[in-house]
Amino acid sequence: MSHAVLKSALAVFAIDPAAIGGLWLRARASPQRQAFLDCLAACSPPLPITRLAPNISDDALFGGLDAAATLSIERPVFRSGLLDRDAILVLPMAERCDPGLAARLAQILDNKRHSIIALDEAAEEGEGVPPALIDRLGLFVNLDGLRFKSILEPIEINAIVAARALLPKVRVPHMLVTEVVRACAELAIISARAPILTLTAARALAALSGRTMVERDDLTQASALTLAQRAAPFDEPTQSSPPPEEDGTEPEDASTQSDSLETKLPSEIMVEAARAALPPEILKLLVDARSLRNTVGASGSGVSVIGNRRGRPLAPRRGKPQSHQKLDLIATLRAAAPWQKLRRKFAQTDAQHDRLFIESSDFHVKRNKVHSDRVLVFAVDASGSAAVARLAEAKGAVEQLLARAYSRRDHVALLSFRGAQAELLLPPTRSLVLAKNRLRSLPGGGGTPLADGLKTALETALRARSKGMTPTIAILTDGKGNVALDGSGNRALAEQQTHTLARAIRATGIATLIIDVARRPHAQLTHLTQLMGARYVALSQANAKHLSAVLGATLEG
Amino acid sequence: MNANTVPQSASPIRKLNIKKSGRAPFPFSAIVGQDDMKTALILTAIDPSIGGVLVFGDRGTGKSTAVRALAALLPEIDAVDGCPVNSARPEQCPEWAKDWPGLSRNTLVRKPTPVIDLPLGASEDRVTGALDIERAIAKGEKSFQPGLLARANRGYLYIDEVNLLEDHLVDLLLDVAQSGENVVERDGLSIRHAARFVLVGSGNPEEGDLRPQLLDRFGLSVEITSPKDIDSRVEVIKRRDAYETAYDRFMPEWQRKDAQLRATILKARDQLSLITTPNTALHDCAALCIALGSDGVRGELTLLRAARAFAASEGADTLERSHLKRVATMALSHRLRRDPLDEAGSSARVQRVVHEILP
Repeated sequence: MSHAVLKSALAVFAIDPAAIGGLWLRARASPQRQAFLDCLAACSPPLPITRLAPNISDDALFGGLDAAATLSIERPVFRSGLLDRDAILVLPMAERCDPGLAARLAQILDNKRHSIIALDEAAEEGEGVPPALIDRLGLFVNLDGLRFKSILEPIEINAIVAARALLPKVRVPHMLVTEVVRACAELAIISARAPILTLTAARALAALSGRTMVERDDLTQASALTLAQRAAPFDEPTQSSPPPEEDGTEPEDASTQSDSLETKLPSEIMVEAARAALPPEILKLLVDARSLRNTVGASGSGVSVIGNRRGRPLAPRRGKPQSHQKLDLIATLRAAAPWQKLRRKFAQTDAQHDRLFIESSDFHVKRNKVHSDRVLVFAVDASGSAAVARLAEAKGAVEQLLARAYSRRDHVALLSFRGAQAELLLPPTRSLVLAKNRLRSLPGGGGTPLADGLKTALETALRARSKGMTPTIAILTDGKGNVALDGSGNRALAEQQTHTLARAIRATGIATLIIDVARRPHAQLTHLTQLMGARYVALSQANAKHLSAVLGATLEG
Repeated sequence: MNANTVPQSASPIRKLNIKKSGRAPFPFSAIVGQDDMKTALILTAIDPSIGGVLVFGDRGTGKSTAVRALAALLPEIDAVDGCPVNSARPEQCPEWAKDWPGLSRNTLVRKPTPVIDLPLGASEDRVTGALDIERAIAKGEKSFQPGLLARANRGYLYIDEVNLLEDHLVDLLLDVAQSGENVVERDGLSIRHAARFVLVGSGNPEEGDLRPQLLDRFGLSVEITSPKDIDSRVEVIKRRDAYETAYDRFMPEWQRKDAQLRATILKARDQLSLITTPNTALHDCAALCIALGSDGVRGELTLLRAARAFAASEGADTLERSHLKRVATMALSHRLRRDPLDEAGSSARVQRVVHEILP
């Protein structure tokens, strides 16, 4: 992102943070990010800036009874919530924000009195800001790979203040509204919030230039800030299937495209501006993160198996209520009850007689059992001639699993390995719809990069585990790996790497299943199975029904 | 939801002026297109016994907007002043609320139909209600702090991203929605209160599916997409923009239209009991459900109720085939067995069958 773009993002945000909804700031914790945030604070935004804790509780957000203080002074003590006053909320580690918090923040944003700066530090594939938030945050700023410290000379505060005063008078010509809508359609953006937020940004930019009429330039600038991050990825050489064509997005695209051929539309300039704002590879990363997040976010991230907010209640445990634990009042009172007489005796003489004597050792907290979601990572050997049929069966098995999976909390991921490397075709998901869209066409043939297949499967499984899910790996192969991790055809190296990875998988303790599809069992695969500590199933004639039965049994076991 | 139940108490009904900070929600009538969603919501306003509404569609297609607009659109209800469950008559106030602060049994107030948001991460305590810690500590009394279900009584309960809701909450909501009563047996409390509400859920099917048991409990389901032509999209943006930047000029016109719609709903409620249902209509219902292979009779019943409500909104006095056809997709599409190999989706299947069975 260029400095001019950064600057206009700052200005738009500072002029009316609540109207624009917020800012999605993609950057690691760094001096650059701090400089950017400092600049923002220096623009004297009309709302105070408040930092949220990533695991903030409802009480802290909305206010509520302070149980510990209440118990000690025997009068209800209320704490006001962070949301009681309008503010700019800074949400650190937004990529780890759980969907529950995201839903509540989204609800708050809809009132248009708050604004959120989401600090997205996503480093790994599969992490991302919850889509419910992204849709409502108007601006996107990407500081990754940007070296700057001095460039952001503070913006003229006077200009911002003047713009803020001028803003209510700014109008948008009808024609330009149409152009924004066209640009969104061309970028395959479905949400109606996108064009509205673009208009809001353009209005702020016009006001900044001292105009009361939005001009095309304002919109072009605005769309670089508001549309790029929402666009579907374009120029996708790796993906063989086109983006989903359901929901009528395609006919629309077609119509707008034919329109744009006849007359050179100004909306094209906007589209170009939006596209120029983000290089395609970053956009693809964002979109991938978004769709991944969509699916795994459902089960919360990093949930331990025994939490204290979800699931059915377990017996309470002694301990002080911490950040997001809840006091179990009944258990606390029960624990205090036997000591009352004794404590009264030793208490100060002026204590009231009917007073309850509660000490910190009496505190009990609630605990609930959390069912950890299961995820099946299904790695399919797509090499050789039988690949196409095998993949089709694997796809069928995945769909059948998902079709049956809603009553259980099962996720399925599918990756295939062929040619030079493995590819994650379907990130962990519970959605049949998504699976169908992603697996519409599957390429097959080529060498057998078994090592890379194992590596990708392991990474996917570990990533799922870090999100609190219980992974199982199932590998469908004939075990004849012949491509090394670097893509070369070095058989010896390939075998050595395969064995190393097999031991690594065993070390993680993740349950593993090997499905042998070779015509005759052979030593190589038996050895691998032993190294991996895996279960072994020979299925020389795999069909979708058999496969899904075997996989289903694995999940249960 | 029965606005006509005015008890024979001497005191006049006080109009409750809830001046919410900020502005009224975006008007229902000003939503461009999305006829299925709007129709479904209006049908439940005419006859709440149809059950809930499930809205599936992409982000930013107006799901939340429509539900929040409902609150301003729906006819107001008369409720006992200060009653935590919006009881229509003093004798319906739950026992535990008899010395509720602010409750005055002899006064009725007219207030908006409650439309309550259930946030995704809400705890069970917040949904069902729980022991009131404040009273327990300060006064040593065991009393009940009602939750969202109490507030939603006689109104709507809205769950955005219902497909991401935790399973144990889903089970609980299903149970309450079906029985119309919320029972809390925890923390040494034993509390029950009426919780009759229309469950409205929305979500994006790409983010996860709903369990079939839950799907079936929703009366109607609609799939929505963005308008397909540029002109309607432009209209969407212009209205929204006008709402945000020229509120004072924008609202009066649409509030008038909302008022007309409200009058239609009220008229349809009266009309509902007068509609005759010929045997042929019942046959049509059954034939349709058999052809589609939908399990149980819930499908037929919902179809019939929805069609009657639709007929009432049209001012008809007899249920006709055209009414059935209009609501068949929304009443049945979510009750079909899922077929992983069917790419077209169940709405298309329903439409196909409707076309064949009811020419």
